[in-house]
Amino acid sequence: MSHTQDIYAILLTLGFATAAGLVGSFALMKRMVLAGDVISHVALPGIGVALLFHFNPLLGGAISLLLGTLLIAQLQQRTGLATDAMIGVVFAGSLALGAAITPQEDLEGALFGSFAQLSSFGFIVGLIAVLFIIGFIFHSKDQLVLGLFSSELAAANGVPLDSLNLQFLLIFSLTVLIGLKFMGALLAGALIMLPAAIGRRLSSDLKGFLLISSMSSVFAVGMGLLLCAYFGPHIALGPATTLVAAVLFGLALLRRVD
Amino acid sequence: MSLDVVLSVHDLTIAFQRRTVIRGLSFKVFAGDTLAVIGPNGSGKTVLLKALLKIIPYRGEIIWKSGVRLGYVPQKVSADRQMPLLVRDLLEAQAQFLKLPNSQVRTVCKDVGITPELMNAGIGVISGGQFQKLLIASALLGDPQILLFDEPTASLDELEEERVYELLERLRRQRALTLLLVSHDLTLVHHAATSVLCLSTAAGPCFGTPDKILTPEVLATAFGASEQLYRHHHQFGEETQS
Repeated sequence: MSHTQDIYAILLTLGFATAAGLVGSFALMKRMVLAGDVISHVALPGIGVALLFHFNPLLGGAISLLLGTLLIAQLQQRTGLATDAMIGVVFAGSLALGAAITPQEDLEGALFGSFAQLSSFGFIVGLIAVLFIIGFIFHSKDQLVLGLFSSELAAANGVPLDSLNLQFLLIFSLTVLIGLKFMGALLAGALIMLPAAIGRRLSSDLKGFLLISSMSSVFAVGMGLLLCAYFGPHIALGPATTLVAAVLFGLALLRRVD
Repeated sequence: MSLDVVLSVHDLTIAFQRRTVIRGLSFKVFAGDTLAVIGPNGSGKTVLLKALLKIIPYRGEIIWKSGVRLGYVPQKVSADRQMPLLVRDLLEAQAQFLKLPNSQVRTVCKDVGITPELMNAGIGVISGGQFQKLLIASALLGDPQILLFDEPTASLDELEEERVYELLERLRRQRALTLLLVSHDLTLVHHAATSVLCLSTAAGPCFGTPDKILTPEVLATAFGASEQLYRHHHQFGEETQS
């Protein structure tokens, strides 16, 4: 076991937590936090196939996600059912298929995440992705705010809304994909949702919201890592982190809002 | 385009799927004009403003004078008022996006009457009149020469309405603005407009000075002879005679 590889994994996990807090803040304002759950579940069959055939699970997850999205669009077109119904069908089907094809010994890790050592290459690729997500949020936050406030006002000011929304969706999916590794398919969406809900509860302005969301996300992941270190195989990183975030949210509810 | 013409619209047609909302509309707006766009519900007033802003598709010509900047005050905003956004957050985000110095936010707020306390208030807790001030301040960022204003006083109470009228008139004079107003308020139109564009699906569009357009005959044809319109006429007639 290399100490450096552990540090790589810890740094990347905390970096991902920061990115998830920031992306989650805007996802909450756009009312799309639950999309994280859908995306992570749809990625599961691809992760299963990747684990089965020994290639990178994130690549498998990304391919599965792309196919799932196309499937939802096709089914909706052919059946005329509403998008949420189609998402529900693909969501449940993906989870079942993913659970069926993922090798039994890898299933828990795929569903609930795990803390695994990272190679230098894996660390650098992951770090670039995390920095890209954080950079996108800071670069686009003014446009995102204008679009959230009023799509017409944003368009009148020259914000390219269609392209911005697509970019945000891709960034959102990328964040969930990275989260799959640490949080697992069942709980990858939790780190998008819970810290943002905590930030929303404790802040009244945008800077405070972004800061508290990302800090509580980092705190939850940090504590999750410690819990995993102490309790070893009894608890996976996904549930440990989600539990800490849920407790933080409970504490945030104690704050009186006038 | 003549030097004084800031907007020239020629043969404008706006259609959604199979429904044509505006067909073959032509008019001009001169610098310093206040053009009021009136018409019954569904006649395409808001749609026209969006086409003029070029944020929806249209056919025909919309030619703005080269170099003019437009400010837009929408009738409604999609914002979830519970978002953790301060008035300051929104105006600063817009200034950042438009690459304007923060000093311009301060100037605009001073002009519109947004106090430092209001700057630090959440968008969810401010009154309708204060929200309208925020929208006007947002429209004024970037120093536009032309302001497009959709229903300035919809959903405001009378006192707030009066304040918005006063603010609009003061800004028009201070900043030498050309105004394009969509309004249901014929009293406002009569007092403020230098020209009127009446959109009507029944009678087709008509354009001219308020004296020519705001007549009971033209309005009755455009709006249809509803009881509500007669009531409007009555109030309007009383005010114009006084």
